[in-house]
Amino acid sequence: MNTDKKFPIWSWVWFGLGALYFFLPLIATLDFSLRAQKGTISLLAYTRAMSDPKFVEAFSFSTIMAFVTIIVSLGLVVPTLYWVHLYLPKLRPWVEFVTLMPFVIPAIVLVFGLLRTYSAPWIINFGGTPITILPSLTESKIGTRILLISGYVVLSLPYIFRAVDNGLRSIDVRTLTEAGQSLGADTLTILRLVIFPNLRSALLSGALLTFAIVIGELIFAAFLAQPAFGPYLQHLGQHRAYDSTALTIVSFALTWAVMGLIDFVTRSNVPQKSH
Amino acid sequence: MSYLTLNHIRKQFGTSVAVQDFNLSAEKGEFISFLGPSGCGKTTTLRMIAGFEPPTSGEILLQGKNITHTPANKRNVGMVFQAYALFPNMTVADNIGFGLKIAGTPKSDIQQRVNEMLELIHLPDFGNRYPQQLSGGQQQRVALARALAFRPQVLLLDEPLSALDAKIRVDLRGEIRRIQRQLNITTIYVTHDQEEALSMSDRIVVMNKAIVEQIGTPFEIYNYPATDFTARFVGQLNQLKCVVRNAQTGECEISGQAIRTQTTIAKPNGSEIRLAIRPEEIYFGKKEGLNVLSGVIDEVNFLGAIVRIRLLIGNQHITGDLFNERTFIPPSIGTPAEFSFSPEACWIAEK
Repeated sequence: MNTDKKFPIWSWVWFGLGALYFFLPLIATLDFSLRAQKGTISLLAYTRAMSDPKFVEAFSFSTIMAFVTIIVSLGLVVPTLYWVHLYLPKLRPWVEFVTLMPFVIPAIVLVFGLLRTYSAPWIINFGGTPITILPSLTESKIGTRILLISGYVVLSLPYIFRAVDNGLRSIDVRTLTEAGQSLGADTLTILRLVIFPNLRSALLSGALLTFAIVIGELIFAAFLAQPAFGPYLQHLGQHRAYDSTALTIVSFALTWAVMGLIDFVTRSNVPQKSH
Repeated sequence: MSYLTLNHIRKQFGTSVAVQDFNLSAEKGEFISFLGPSGCGKTTTLRMIAGFEPPTSGEILLQGKNITHTPANKRNVGMVFQAYALFPNMTVADNIGFGLKIAGTPKSDIQQRVNEMLELIHLPDFGNRYPQQLSGGQQQRVALARALAFRPQVLLLDEPLSALDAKIRVDLRGEIRRIQRQLNITTIYVTHDQEEALSMSDRIVVMNKAIVEQIGTPFEIYNYPATDFTARFVGQLNQLKCVVRNAQTGECEISGQAIRTQTTIAKPNGSEIRLAIRPEEIYFGKKEGLNVLSGVIDEVNFLGAIVRIRLLIGNQHITGDLFNERTFIPPSIGTPAEFSFSPEACWIAEK
């Protein structure tokens, strides 16, 4: 009797088609980006794009925004989810639902919502004298950046939520907290010394995902007129096609590198050797 | 004055009562076990002493100070959990020193105390390891050291041995008691294992369905159970239906065989009562001057140190435990046999 497994030919056919669908445009883009100099293959588009001071400016702006977003997101999500895991486990599905909003509501709707709500100052009439509770956020540089970061925080919620939630599930939050309490620690100390360090790899993977999202984000930055990497890339695409494809390849590589880093960090989950 | 006092403690979750009218005064250095089946309220009571659950009513006093509403982190009460709950990101030394670090103790003092504790739990070279690198038994020793390092006033242990192997459980049992005696620390120990409670405790609180059934020394709990539940839950117990023959002299009848008891019986002649007797108070064979019951052997269990024999008398079973001897040949099932026991060994069980 023939016990040899049949070669799964159809599986490979579908896999091949999928791979082609994914890689062909990428290969085409790569090929195009290498042809800035007529007749030869060169890295001209790359060197030109990278040496543009505006590129450095846009990229560093987005990097800073990404870091602020990561700090705000983690500061918001970790204590919230810690509290939910500890005292309100029934609320978890609702919190998860809220964090899924960016998948349901398009970014363009979110950004218009933000603009409409915060472009006018919030003034209340207190016995005849108007008191400004919140000034218009779109009129100042700092105000607009606050709006931008708020938008990014919302966009990153589904990823940060999942990462932190998985991290919290993998440790016994309740018992560790109670152990900390019985040893005299208050909630903040327990968060700082016990919970955060044990979520290290979860927080890192959430942070890296957020970084990748913020670097590539276009709509929020464009509508809030911010000098971010997304709008820069789009602008470049309209005027210097070779350079913009080169940067697309670079940002692709960056994203993949970030993904690889996430994979590496989450896999190497061994205890640290020393402090 | 007692060291730790629980006055009329009650705990309710929604409409279900978890603990009802719990009263206890523990002396300094006393080792008290809360013993009962799961869901009896023993862990809830422990958690109220730790400060993790507020009592619905009643008060908790520690050295005369009311701590009923003191937050857990201000109570100075050490706790050991079933799941060890060591901090995975810290070394053994950092785990043990955690309480002292929170209290703001100088580093050199922490170091000294940690070394002391490592000696105490017989793991002197384990300071730099991480919890994941230790066995379950070792982790629980470290958890014990961590709970004691900051010199708490009371030590609480919540089924600390349930997750461990039988052999390690017995070793660690002795270890915990030794350390507790050495430090003379008032200790509350929650367990559902009667052997643990009997072997370790100064006193045992037997709980069932949110109620305290009995508080007493292991000797009192075992030999003079105050309630039917305690008698059945702690140790093995035979309960035989019998008919009162002479209530005045304490004579009755089991399946037509006469039995003498030591007490007068509060029920009229001819009424049915239940007689309780421990298997280890039964002798195999006929003994002069004792109660003798004849029947047919219907089960023999060889348990190593003891041989457990079950006798069928009429339509009832009675189990007797005999010490094993190398020359003893276990009787075979189906052979007629006699059990003997003294009138003092049996008592009338409550209905």
